Amino acid sequence: MMTFLNYLLSGISLGSIYAIIALGYTMVYGIAKMLNFAHGDVIMVGAYICFFAVSRYSLPPLLGVIAAMAVCTVLGVIVERLAYKPLRSAPSLAVLITAIGVSYFLQNGAQLLWTPNPKVFSSVVGTNRLALFGGQLTVSYVTLVTIASCVVIMVALTWFTGKTKTGKAMRACSEDKGAAQLMGINVNSTISVTFAIGSGLAAIAGVLLCSAYPTLVPTTGAMPGIKAFTAAVFGGIGSIPGAMLGGILLGVIEIFSKAYISTQLSDAVVFAVLIIVLLVKPAGLLGKQVREKV
Amino acid sequence: MKTKKMTLNRNARKNYLTYGLVIAAYAILQTMSTTGAISSSLKGMLVPICAYVVMAISLNLTVGVLGELSLGHAGFMSVGAFTGVTAAMSLQTAVPSPVLRLLIGMITGAVFAAIAGVLIGIPVLRLKGDYLAIVTLAFGEIIKSIINNLYVGVDEHGLQISILTNKLALSDNGKIIINGPMGITTIEKLSTFTAGFLLVMVTLFIVFNLVNSRSGRAIMAIRDNRIAAESVGVNIVKYRLMAFVTSAALAGASGTLFAMNYSTIIANKFDFNTSILVLVFVVLGGLGNMLGSIIAAAALTILPEALRQFADYRMLIYAIVLILVMLVTNNPTLKGYLDIAKQKLVRKKPAAQAAEGGGDNGK
Repeated sequence: MMTFLNYLLSGISLGSIYAIIALGYTMVYGIAKMLNFAHGDVIMVGAYICFFAVSRYSLPPLLGVIAAMAVCTVLGVIVERLAYKPLRSAPSLAVLITAIGVSYFLQNGAQLLWTPNPKVFSSVVGTNRLALFGGQLTVSYVTLVTIASCVVIMVALTWFTGKTKTGKAMRACSEDKGAAQLMGINVNSTISVTFAIGSGLAAIAGVLLCSAYPTLVPTTGAMPGIKAFTAAVFGGIGSIPGAMLGGILLGVIEIFSKAYISTQLSDAVVFAVLIIVLLVKPAGLLGKQVREKV
Repeated sequence: MKTKKMTLNRNARKNYLTYGLVIAAYAILQTMSTTGAISSSLKGMLVPICAYVVMAISLNLTVGVLGELSLGHAGFMSVGAFTGVTAAMSLQTAVPSPVLRLLIGMITGAVFAAIAGVLIGIPVLRLKGDYLAIVTLAFGEIIKSIINNLYVGVDEHGLQISILTNKLALSDNGKIIINGPMGITTIEKLSTFTAGFLLVMVTLFIVFNLVNSRSGRAIMAIRDNRIAAESVGVNIVKYRLMAFVTSAALAGASGTLFAMNYSTIIANKFDFNTSILVLVFVVLGGLGNMLGSIIAAAALTILPEALRQFADYRMLIYAIVLILVMLVTNNPTLKGYLDIAKQKLVRKKPAAQAAEGGGDNGK
């Protein structure tokens, strides 16, 4: 029973990281209708910034996280301005390839700047473990912090998109860009804000990811990026609660299949579950089923 | 009637041009490589270029002609590579001729990839757009992790297969072919540039004939408007599956060609990045444009090698080139400048302009 709880907790924790990354994917998709493949690499940049802030400039971990968020936010906005904005009216495949180009750029840039040698990331919340039920169940603080930050982010984002002016503008843009523009919403700056928020969240995800799995290389972000993308589709791409649900479910399924089925085949199990879900619900768990009009 | 004949001619002309250019490129490169005029590094890339060209053409069938984004095309290449090499290696004593063995390998690879294509296509093609793309990605990853845990050996009793752990009970004369994550380590290098060239020609022949047939027109009708096509009685499932499976089979043959050019091959070689690489060829070459795919595949396979003088910066430059090309060809403003530049260039050469005008009339 305790092992089960332990697996469940680490599953939720991994899932929370996926969920935070998936939020970035899903928000950008909802507004710009593009699959931002470079998102996974923003995670990696965030982790590196935090690593250097803490280990080289010996800043306190919290400041390291803030620095990572600041750099990633700026990076996200710059990338959007330079690479994606000129292609606003281009076919979606062209934007997809550009995003892949940006992803290559970030990975290889990181390789040049920070060398491909793996860095050992020291966890921002320490490696202590919390003992529960008289020591039967030990939970690392990283797990708890990850789950807590995921909840905080979720609540904050729900409030932001529901109550604030910018948030409402974002929802309006994702529904109908043309109509939003006619209502006096600045579509371009709204898209920039979306990229800024998504990239800032990616920085947090990067720090949390590397706190739990401490090896940091320039391709660190690639696989979690793909998994989070899968999670976003799983929950219904474009839907914020869907991304959270998809992320957490994906993390739990991954850890459980590692624990109970097979370590090597866990990726296969995760993707098989995704396929089955999409066959039953073709628009994801919480996605909107769009009626086709003739 | 007359106009119809004209359009057919234009299509056919473009196809013959493609065949001709491929044959010319083969003739030139083959002569250069026998006389030693090209560097050994380029010579080593000739077979991979052929394999990538076939991959690009076959993916163009899915993305350009069928109109569905596939992010798992390398999965079919992987199926083809591992089954094809297994077939070629287990027939080592039965079939002495290496050419015949390579051929058998490629056909086996194509058949198994086609079977995978049917199995994957039936569920995948029920979905649309980005959801379809993510499921192809998922299948690519599933194929990768299954082959990473697959153990295949051969002895006088035939093939033995086990999954997850090496449970093969081979006799003394037996040998292991696929060794889990280590992949295949003792491949005979059977692939030659000529074999690659022939595969490219066969691929072009199959794809051009499919596209210019009744089925091809049905496939393109589905791409352009699924509902309209369905309402005039086009069997959506059949034609979509036909394009998808053809594309998978060609990718399988290309996988065998690719794998038999190296002495070892691992499943991780055919991952998401390879699928993306091939997709980049297709988009850069132009959707539905086979000649474009060939040129893009060849150019982008050579580009990192050509940028070798920039050493560490080469992949960075590759990325920048990729982004810039996409921006220039797709941004309305930049595209406008490009068109103006083109016009100016043409105006400077009245003769060229006249020739182009004549060409337009001919069309």
